[in-house]
Amino acid sequence: MGKRIGVEVSIAVADAVKLARAEVIPAYPITPQTHIVEHLAEIVANGELDAEYIPVESEHAAMSACCGAAAAGARVFTSSSAQGLSLMSEILYIPSTMRLPMVMVVANRAMSAPISIWNDHQDIMVQRDIGWIQTFAENGQEAVDLVLHAFRVAEDRKVSLPMIVNIDGFTLSHVIEPIELPTQEEVDDYIPPFKPKRKLDPRKPITMGPVGIPEVYTEAKVAHDHAIKNSRKVILKAWKEFADKFGREYHPVESYRAEGADMILVTMGSISETAMTAIDKMRDDGKNVGLVRIRLWRPFPAQEFRAATKHAKVLAVVDRCLPPGAVCGPVGAELRSVFYKIPGSPKIFSFVAGLGGRDVTVERFEEIIDKAEQFAKRRPKELYEVIGVREK
Amino acid sequence: MAINDAIIGWKTITFGCDVVEPGNSANFRTGDWRSQRPVLDKEKCIKCGMCWIFCPDMCYSQTDDGYFEADMEYCKGCGICAHQCPKDAITMVPEEG
Amino acid sequence: MIPEFEKFKGFSAKNLPKEEPLAPGHRACQGCGEVLALRMVMKALGKNVIVCSATGCMEIITSPYPHTAWRVPWIHIAFENAASVASGVEAARKVLQRKGKIPKKHVDIMAVGGDGATGDIGLQWISGAMERGHDFLYVCLDNEAYMNTGVQRSGCTPYGAMTTTSPPGKQSFGQVTWKKNVPAIMAAHGIPYVATASPAYFIDLMNKVKKAALVKGPAYVHIYSPCPTGWGSAGERSVEISKLAVDTKVFPLYEVIEGRYFLSRKITKPKPVEEYLKLQRRFRHLDEEHIAYIQRRVDADYEKLVKLSEMA
Repeated sequence: MGKRIGVEVSIAVADAVKLARAEVIPAYPITPQTHIVEHLAEIVANGELDAEYIPVESEHAAMSACCGAAAAGARVFTSSSAQGLSLMSEILYIPSTMRLPMVMVVANRAMSAPISIWNDHQDIMVQRDIGWIQTFAENGQEAVDLVLHAFRVAEDRKVSLPMIVNIDGFTLSHVIEPIELPTQEEVDDYIPPFKPKRKLDPRKPITMGPVGIPEVYTEAKVAHDHAIKNSRKVILKAWKEFADKFGREYHPVESYRAEGADMILVTMGSISETAMTAIDKMRDDGKNVGLVRIRLWRPFPAQEFRAATKHAKVLAVVDRCLPPGAVCGPVGAELRSVFYKIPGSPKIFSFVAGLGGRDVTVERFEEIIDKAEQFAKRRPKELYEVIGVREK
Repeated sequence: MAINDAIIGWKTITFGCDVVEPGNSANFRTGDWRSQRPVLDKEKCIKCGMCWIFCPDMCYSQTDDGYFEADMEYCKGCGICAHQCPKDAITMVPEEG
Repeated sequence: MIPEFEKFKGFSAKNLPKEEPLAPGHRACQGCGEVLALRMVMKALGKNVIVCSATGCMEIITSPYPHTAWRVPWIHIAFENAASVASGVEAARKVLQRKGKIPKKHVDIMAVGGDGATGDIGLQWISGAMERGHDFLYVCLDNEAYMNTGVQRSGCTPYGAMTTTSPPGKQSFGQVTWKKNVPAIMAAHGIPYVATASPAYFIDLMNKVKKAALVKGPAYVHIYSPCPTGWGSAGERSVEISKLAVDTKVFPLYEVIEGRYFLSRKITKPKPVEEYLKLQRRFRHLDEEHIAYIQRRVDADYEKLVKLSEMA
């Protein structure tokens, strides 16, 4: 068992990548992920990690090089945010259907315009349907643990899919938290060496990335869809193994004082910790409220989510992404689908909060619960409301 | 039967949609495309191999007696071989039928 | 001096490799000059190679599921990033060999793309890969437009050429700018080896590709590739046109070895550009003035090249 020390989350994440023995790291800097790629460069330059660090000339090139490296059989890591993640967009759909495993940490940041370096979830919500496995970390320890879990899951021969671990930009990436880094032996025991299902090799020549004619395209995508759905088993098994080895448990959906709660707040990422404080305060004030946090975003854990929330009357979903012109925020919409036409389901409302780095405070959560209460009595005109916006 | 119907199932499609049989395009008969075919006059042929090296479809191979023969399985009838032959030993002749 | 070149004896008409790493049955048009060039490239490299291809004619015609014309490992990711994919493959093999996970035997890594993929949409990607010094070769098969998508103009479309997005009309005479000099851009990156080649001069082409593969570090070969479909030329004349392009100085053959220029063929009795232009319908609309301008520019550019080679 390693020592628990105060360390900047980005640095700890880079150290986790080192412990995971990543082999090829194509990296392009963007705020607020820079400390991750900088520390990785240091680690490689010092010979602490035997890897090839490719200082690519754009994020698109980073993801392209990730594809080449994974196809050639190496363990791959990269990281990006917002504009950079979007620049990779074209490529992101490719390694998933091509079943090329790799791990990417996204330091969540708002999308331009206006240009913002601060935290929200717009960047990852743009990438909902890329077919990667996606998890969310709430604190620094989780960031480290989920990165290790990601290598274990992504490269599993039954999965062989790329994976994203989301950490909130600045609010997680740049804060110093008490984090326990496991030892190299412990990580080696948890993450077996990468044995790709196939790779580019003149000894066994194959063609990767052919033209998907209409007679084949649907089947190729459906095969991918099944693969990501089936990855659930491995994701859960890997979390169980993690708990056995390191003593920290992770689940697709986490509950906090939600049993018997009439109203449940639903959050993802680091605001969950503030939400817990808010729940404690509201409980003290006599409100029957609870919190459910989504840790596994893709493949979406509908079963677990229903089990955790179906008893409630109202779900107040915090979306950290504005959906202009849509009926509901992305997380809210997903959850409404989970419960669609199931009798006795909770009413679900979406609250957009914390855009572009705006703080989501305990007071804001109280406001959200109040509004949710009102909406439950009288259906609002819009199914989402932006919290904390100034009018005049 | 609907157009573009599937030719393989999602359960049996190759992993990642790879093609694992190298060079299996050789199963596809591009020879059906041609409207003319090369005919060699062995008297004129000097066995230089220009027809072989300039064929975009790798049709030519050398026989035991050193002449070059085009594989009609793949020949698209482009006429480069006839045009490049230094001895005009190859003539393009309309494909029958 | 590049030490690997000293041991390289070169191909000759008597010892051309018989192996075909590219299989027949591919879906190229009749008389396609680009697939002919690609065939020659692969014969020069043999089977000990990993190919990273951009989207384009060669990718489409060689990999329609469930078929592949490739007898070597091949990967296609997207349009602009063949050089980055190759960078990833190269880096992966380096670390895997260091860790003893794959045999230490050298395998050539080739990125291949058309003129659009290389000089337009992919320029940033190839620039990055060249600057980082990866050990790979990049082959650009230049058919002077975005042919796969239907003959739209690229930065490499020659002056005056008709394409679907540079059509001649009342307000325009076709492509209004001169062909982008991508080999010069590559040479400006200071890479050890840059070369131009034409499938008409196949020994020269194969030697250059082999040298590019032998170089330790990045190398670039730019290959002239006639497209009868897009150029409106006769399919049977693809090799003839490849020769005329060189003999009229429109497409000079040269190498840039460690920054020094070497002409592969000094054209002492050049043919007039008109002979070259008249075989292609894409130039049919040009008038005497345009042709005269083309002749002047071709002559001037060639002179520059000669002066550069004299500096060597």
